[in-house]
Formats: sequence, structure tokens, C-alpha cells
Amino acid sequence: MKKITIITALLFLGFVGFAQNHITRTGTIQFFSETDIENIEAINNQVSSVINTENGEIVFSVLMKAFTFEKALMQEHFNEKYVESEKFPKAKFKGKVTNFSLSDLTEKPKEFSITGSLLIHGVTKEINESIMLSKNNKNLIIGTSTFTVKPEDYSIEIPSIVRGNISKTIEIKVKMDYEKMD
Amino acid sequence: MKRWINILCIVFFCSGNSFAQDDLMNMLDETAKPVTNFTIATFKSTRLVSGHSVETNAKGVLQFLIGHRFGRINSGWRDLFGIDNATIRTGFDYGLTDNLNIGVGRSSFQKTYDGTFKWRFLRQKSGAQNFPITATFVSNIYVDSREWANPDRENYFSSRLNYNHSLLLARKFGDVLSLQLMPTIIHRNLVKTKDDQNTIYAMGIGTSVRISGSLRLNAEFHYIPPGQISSKIGGEEVQNSFSIGVDLETGGHVFQLHLTNSRGMTERYLVGETTGRWINGDIHFGFNVSRVFTVRKPKEFK
Repeated sequence: MKKITIITALLFLGFVGFAQNHITRTGTIQFFSETDIENIEAINNQVSSVINTENGEIVFSVLMKAFTFEKALMQEHFNEKYVESEKFPKAKFKGKVTNFSLSDLTEKPKEFSITGSLLIHGVTKEINESIMLSKNNKNLIIGTSTFTVKPEDYSIEIPSIVRGNISKTIEIKVKMDYEKMD
Repeated sequence: MKRWINILCIVFFCSGNSFAQDDLMNMLDETAKPVTNFTIATFKSTRLVSGHSVETNAKGVLQFLIGHRFGRINSGWRDLFGIDNATIRTGFDYGLTDNLNIGVGRSSFQKTYDGTFKWRFLRQKSGAQNFPITATFVSNIYVDSREWANPDRENYFSSRLNYNHSLLLARKFGDVLSLQLMPTIIHRNLVKTKDDQNTIYAMGIGTSVRISGSLRLNAEFHYIPPGQISSKIGGEEVQNSFSIGVDLETGGHVFQLHLTNSRGMTERYLVGETTGRWINGDIHFGFNVSRVFTVRKPKEFK
């Protein structure tokens, strides 16, 4: 009986051993809004993300107040009026990189498709985008992606008076350097 | 007992194995370092109505502020209900750091130049660190540049100087209501009579109520305990200052429209130089327009 238990435990241990996660807490997300009136840019260097290299499952957690803007007032408006960071402090993504295989990654970025649910401002949307993945000689996984979101899809209301200043589609650039998790 | 431990081990590893996306997310959030959440936008502007709020300009931000106070509404149609008779203050405030601001200004009222030192030394915050209020110290010096009232006697430059020191204590309750207390000391180097105190103690209270994202209702009241001022100004007794106003915010501007019984636009004139009585209709319409310029960009954008 005892033997069986040990064997079972070992079996699961072995399995856990395969379930490798790669993590980052210093990922970068930038977003851009370009209109004739003004360009707005924000950057967040404290994005957390984990990718399970076993099955390609991937999650992101983004603290909204960690976005820095060129103009302090924009940052205040972003947090106070648009994404309402007090009520909805984090944006999140839960999804999966399709056909992910760690051994396929090389130093040359390879395109994968990524699907999952993106939560911003309390609203969840299913998205399907592409992500470029590569692996460098230090065994870091590097992921980059560029896609767009529409504020109105996430119930983010832009007051009419500044509607000309903020683009209807916001471009988002993601860059992550994942390290193997201990 | 041992068997139970074994079973527990299995259960533990099993659950470890069934990492789904939710578990991955929980793991990410639970192992994250706790963050401190600083309260933002307790007030919309660095001014409540005329007096300072706890808010400061961020590092590298220059604020240009124009204030207008018209004459009294009850001055009648010939003066277009006070519109003919405006006082103006223009000023600049600059953020040396996010918490330390300096400023200069000039009021047409009593032809006064002012200098400001403002230091936000405590911030309301929650999360990893908690603190219930935001506290800002604001200090002003005023130079009255009018011609001497009695040119024949020996006049000293120091007689032109007045000072204000206020401690501003504010708390934002939820995202609708903010309250501020302002214990204030005004020091006047020269006063009219022996019965007038050089140093006046007062207590201010202010509030801001959010109506919508871009609209707020503000009020400001300064109470001067009696027995400190005896001289009349222009034949009128000194009153407590009370102002109400709204903030209208557009992109880079804040427009503040208000009604007040004070003509001056900084603390010294709110406390000790206010003579209007609301009950008699001695009410001034006024506005502030502020515009901010980012002089030095944050390091991420250099």
C-alpha cells in the first residue's frame, strides 16, 4: 500500500516537474492614441505574466495605476475618469497560445496565435491576436504582440468635449521577457 | 497518520498538477508584491475656490492660473451687477517634485505680489501602506506695492509684508466626496489700530462633491474667532469668507466658476479682508482658469 502511495506521489511529482512556468513581473505594455489634435502615449513597466510552457496557457495582470503618461494630468484623467482605476484596479488576460511548443522556439521570433479573454474596466471580451515568441541563449522566452482595442468595447466613456483628442482605436504594444520559474 | 500524510501529499500534487488559467492567474496575483494605492484627485484643482487645496502640481508641471472676481452683484445695473469692476490675479505654480511646489502671483486687489511654498508631506493611501488623509502645508508671503497711506511718516519695507501659513488636511471618501480642514494663521506686519491683532487665527473648512466625471461642486468657508479684528474696511466690518463654486474640466484646462463674498483671491484676503455679507447680496461672481504645461517630461519619455 505504502509503495503504491509513493509511486503515485512520484508520478504526480514527475508530472508537476513537466508543468514548467515562465514568469515576468517587469513586462512592458505601451499604448498609443493618435489623432489630428494630439498623440497620447503611456507606458507600464510592471506588467506581470506567466506562461505555462507545457500547454501554452498564458495570463497577464496589469496594474492600471502603473501606466505613466507624458502629461501628469492625462494620467489623472485616465485613472479617475476613463478606466476608473479605483473601481477596476487591474486589467487581466487569460488565454492560451495555440500549438505552443517550447522546443520549437528559436532566437528567430515565430508567430503564434493567442486566444483568450481580456478584462478591462470590468468588461470581458474574447480576443484572438497574434504573438511573436522567441527564445534567447539564456533560455529567456521573449514575447511581443501588437494589437488594438476600442475603448467603447470596454464601456470606457470619453466625454464629448475631448472626443476629438482620443482615438477610437488604441494601439497596444506588449513586450515580455519570461524567466524560468523556480 | 502516515497514510493521511501520504494522501495529503497526493492531493497536494494533484491540485498542483491541474493548473488551469485561473490557477495560473491566482498564482501570479498571490505571489505579487503588495502595492500601495495612492488616492488621486481629492480635488480637481490646486485651489478649492480661492484658497489652496491639498493638491499639488506633478514634477515638471507649470500651472498658469488666472483668477477674476467681479464687483458685487448688488451694485446695480449701472455697473452691470459688478461686471464693470473686476479684480484679477495671475500666477504661476511649478512642481519641483510631485510634492513640493513653488509659485508667484500678482493681484490687482491691493496691488499685491505673492510668493507660495507648498509641501504635500502626507498622502492618503491604501493597500500595502495605509494612511487616512492627505496633508499639505502651504505658506505665502505677500508684498503690498501700493503707495504709502501716510507718506509723511517714516515707512519701512517690512510694513508692506503679510504672511499666511495653513495646514491643509483632506480626505476623499469614496469617489464622490472630499473634505478639507484648514487651520490658518495670518500675520500682518502692520495693522491699523492697537485693537487689531497682528496675528489672526482662523479655521477653514472646504468640500468638493463630484457630480459627474468632469463636473464638481465646491465650497470653502473660513471662520475667524471674534476679538481679533476691530478696524473696519471701507466702513464695513470684516466677515467670515464663504464661497461656492463649480469645477468644469476639459482636456488641459480647469474652469472654476464661483460666487463668493471675498474680493481677494488668496488666503490673506479671505481671512481678515472679506467684508461682503451674503445676506445683503454682497456677492461677487468670479472664475479661475488654469492651464498646465509639462515643462519637464517624466523619465520614461525623455
